[in-house]
Order: sequence, then C-alpha cells, then structure tokens
Amino acid sequence: MRLDVNCFLGAYPFRRVPGTSPDALLRAMDRIAVDQAWVTHLPGIFWSDPAAGNPWLYETTARHDRLRPVPAVHPGMSGWEALLTEARAARVPAVRADPTYYGLDPAGAEMRALTQACAAEGLPLMLAVRLEDPRQRHPNDRAAELPAWAVRTLVRSDPRVRLIITHADRPFVEEVHFGSTPEESSRILWDICWIWGPPEDHLETLLRTVGVDRFVFGTGQPLRLPENSVAKLDLLDLNPEQRSSIESDNATGVTLGNAKSLPRADVRGGPKS
Amino acid sequence: MGITIHVASILGSWGLTSPIYFPSPTDIGYGNDFLLALQRAHPARIRGYCVVNPNFRAHAQTELKRCLDAGMIGIKLAASRRSTDPLLDPICTVAAQRGVPVLHHVWQHRRREYPGQEASDGVELAELAARHPKVNFLLAHIGGGGDWVHSLAALRDQPNVFVDLSGSGVDGGMLEACLEAVGVERLLWGCDLTIDTGWAKLRYMEHLLSGSDLELVRWRNAARIFPSTAFTSD
Repeated sequence: MRLDVNCFLGAYPFRRVPGTSPDALLRAMDRIAVDQAWVTHLPGIFWSDPAAGNPWLYETTARHDRLRPVPAVHPGMSGWEALLTEARAARVPAVRADPTYYGLDPAGAEMRALTQACAAEGLPLMLAVRLEDPRQRHPNDRAAELPAWAVRTLVRSDPRVRLIITHADRPFVEEVHFGSTPEESSRILWDICWIWGPPEDHLETLLRTVGVDRFVFGTGQPLRLPENSVAKLDLLDLNPEQRSSIESDNATGVTLGNAKSLPRADVRGGPKS
Repeated sequence: MGITIHVASILGSWGLTSPIYFPSPTDIGYGNDFLLALQRAHPARIRGYCVVNPNFRAHAQTELKRCLDAGMIGIKLAASRRSTDPLLDPICTVAAQRGVPVLHHVWQHRRREYPGQEASDGVELAELAARHPKVNFLLAHIGGGGDWVHSLAALRDQPNVFVDLSGSGVDGGMLEACLEAVGVERLLWGCDLTIDTGWAKLRYMEHLLSGSDLELVRWRNAARIFPSTAFTSD
C-alpha cells in the first residue's frame, strides 16, 4: 500500500505543467504504484476564495475511488466554519490552508481560529511550506514561504490539533521538531517530498532523529516528479515495517483517529482502476 | 543505480582555504591532483574534468596541459568569471585543440549578482558557445535552481550546448521542456550532489523515451562529445 498525501489537480498559473487532469494523475499513480492520493485543487490556492474550487474537487474525487479530496479553507472569508462541517461530512482525510497565498498572517488570529476549529472537528490541517524552489519562481509569484515559527505557533494553539506539513526541508523539520515538546511534535506529520535523499543524509538523519513515525509519503505531483519520493526511499535501508509506516500507516493513522474521516475506499486494497 | 562511469570534478578545497567558486591556484592544483588520484585508483569507474579559474591565465593553461595529458577528459568552469568574458577564450581554444567539452556551471536566469560567485546564465553561456562553435559545452545543471525555462529558450538555437539534467530540481514538465527545446540528442544525464533526484529523472525519462532514445541520454550523447578514448567501451 502506498498513499501519496501531497498531490494536486488543475492548472498551475506560473508555468506549463503537464499531467494536471484526474486521468493523468491516475496514470502517474499507476506508474509509481500509488494506491491512493490526497488531492488539492491547485488553481484555488491562488483564487480570492480558494474554497470556490472545493465543489469541483468533491465532484471529481467522488468519481475516482483512489482520489480523496483535501478541500481548502480560507479562515479570513466569512462562513469558513461551514466548510469544515462540509469536509467532515465528506469524510476528507484533511483540509488545507495556504495562508501566505491568501495574504494572511500564517500564525495570526484567523489561522489560529482555523487550527482550533480543525482540532474540534478532528480534522487534520495540511500546510505547504512552499510549492516551488524560490530560485525559479515567477516574478509575480511573491507569496512568502510558510515560516517554521508559524508551525510551532499553530501546533501549540490547541492540544488536539494534528498538522500535516508538506514541502519542508531538513532545516525546517528540525527547527520545528526540536523547538516543540515531544507531545507537540507527536501531532505533526511531515511529507518527504522536499527532503534530500541518499547519498545526502538529510532524510536518513531525520528518520533517525525525529522518528519514522513522523513522516508520510508525499510527492507534490504533478508540480514535481513523483519518482523522486520513491527513489529516495529505495535508496534507504528501511525494513518493511518502516517503509510501510512512511508509505501508508502514518497517514492512515492520522485519519483513523476520527471515525468520520475513515478512508472512503479500502485503503489496504490495491489500485481499483 | 547502474552508474557505470562517474565523470567528476573537485572545486579546489571546497571553501576551506579559498572560496568554492573562486578557488586559488594552490587549491585548484590540490583538487585536480586528488581527482587524478581517484581516476588512477578507479580506472574503470572515474573520469575527471580539469578545474581552472580563468582569472589566473597562466596557471589555467599550465593546469589544462597537465591534467589533460594525465587523462582528464573535460574542462570544468564554475563561476569564477562571467562566461561572456574574453578571459574564457584561451581556455576554450584549448578545449577545441584537445577535443574535450567544457562543463559550465550556470545559474538559470541570473537577474542580479549573487555573493560568492560570478555566475553566468544560459544566455551568457550561449554567447560563449557562439564564439567557439567547435567546442561542445555542457550547461550544468538544468535542475540546479533558477528559471530553467529561460535557459532552454536561450539554448534552442545554439547546437553546441548540451543540457545536463542534474541538480535537485525535479519539476514536473522540466524534462518535456528540455526535449522540446534541444531534442534528445542534446541531453546528458547527470546527478550532481543529489543522486536521488538524478535517479528520479532517469526513471521518469524511461516513460518518455523509447529504448534507443533513452540510451542517448543515458550515455551515447556523452560518448559522442567526450574524446573517443575517454571510455573503455562505447
């Protein structure tokens, strides 16, 4: 079982990216043997109202058992609380927010309110540190990267909140992990897509110092080649239990904590199409 | 991973006694000597690029003769001097005479100066390549950071520049754009420091290309532009 927690559907506004349709994503999943993907509506991140992409996302993922929606919530927009009710009813694995793209303080009052509401609903909150390498971003793509201090602030804002942080590199993970209590750290999952693999020792070190149970398989596809996340695991000496933890068990564990967010599909089954 | 031969360079003392991208002559000699020793110790697996700093003209010429005579198969230019500068011309003249390629470190779309290096971008490398049409250049590295779309546009009509796929970047669409811009016959596989990203790009290439085209990227293009004696088999 391999579960990709970090996938996108839809066009990227700043450069041409192939493979953004649902069918293309499913083909890419087949190519690297991913059974299930948690997907974000990519254009919505850049919209004034990111949640306007949620209906399309729900409708699209309802047609594909292997795709599960991660709807967007902008906590500065009136009525955002209803989106969480909707998300919970849809049994989504997580909701997401991209505060710097929304023009919000990443650890400000709106984001802390969202974090606390997610905790109350039992919904994990997904946050991306970045979408692209800052050295290549479009001149008009000026949103700041998510700062590590914001993650530390949010995880402290409610003792029940669970965070899934994507696109973080080793220094970011270490700053948050060692700047948090063990209990706080235990409520954070890190996607591996931006962490350098062998022969660089970044991922290997983090698995040893932060713990295998804190990392989940993610690719950032189609903005990034999903082969990279598979390759870095292939180059590590992981036993089957460790590999399974990263590739599926840690992610399903965070959703299994809430009965209403149980995976819609049989997550331990193979690809269905 | 199936890497048969590693063509490498050592940038001086890697910052220990002179800057990485502005290595002193002493450090250049040290790094090149170290790589020659590796090449001798692993004759079936390791080949070397001779590193030079164009600011030290006489030393660069001496070092090129010494290292190429000792079996190095290419020249490495990092970021000690802009690629549009005339100081690079005598180095490229040696490359033409000896039939070796020049691998040039590139910052994709350099919009400003960066500390610690005098970086060049794809447009600037293309200017150098136009001045030396008999020399093959490797743009290193298309995945190494920066706006690779800008570089590819600059290389489209410069046939003696090859694109090295190495670097930590694994952007979706990058490889398709490389193929579209320069074609499969001007792509070279490489990995740089992050071998996992190089391997990922090769895995993805397996789904883009036929077997014979994949062979071009994996090694045949390299075998074509390095000296005929560079590798033990074709």
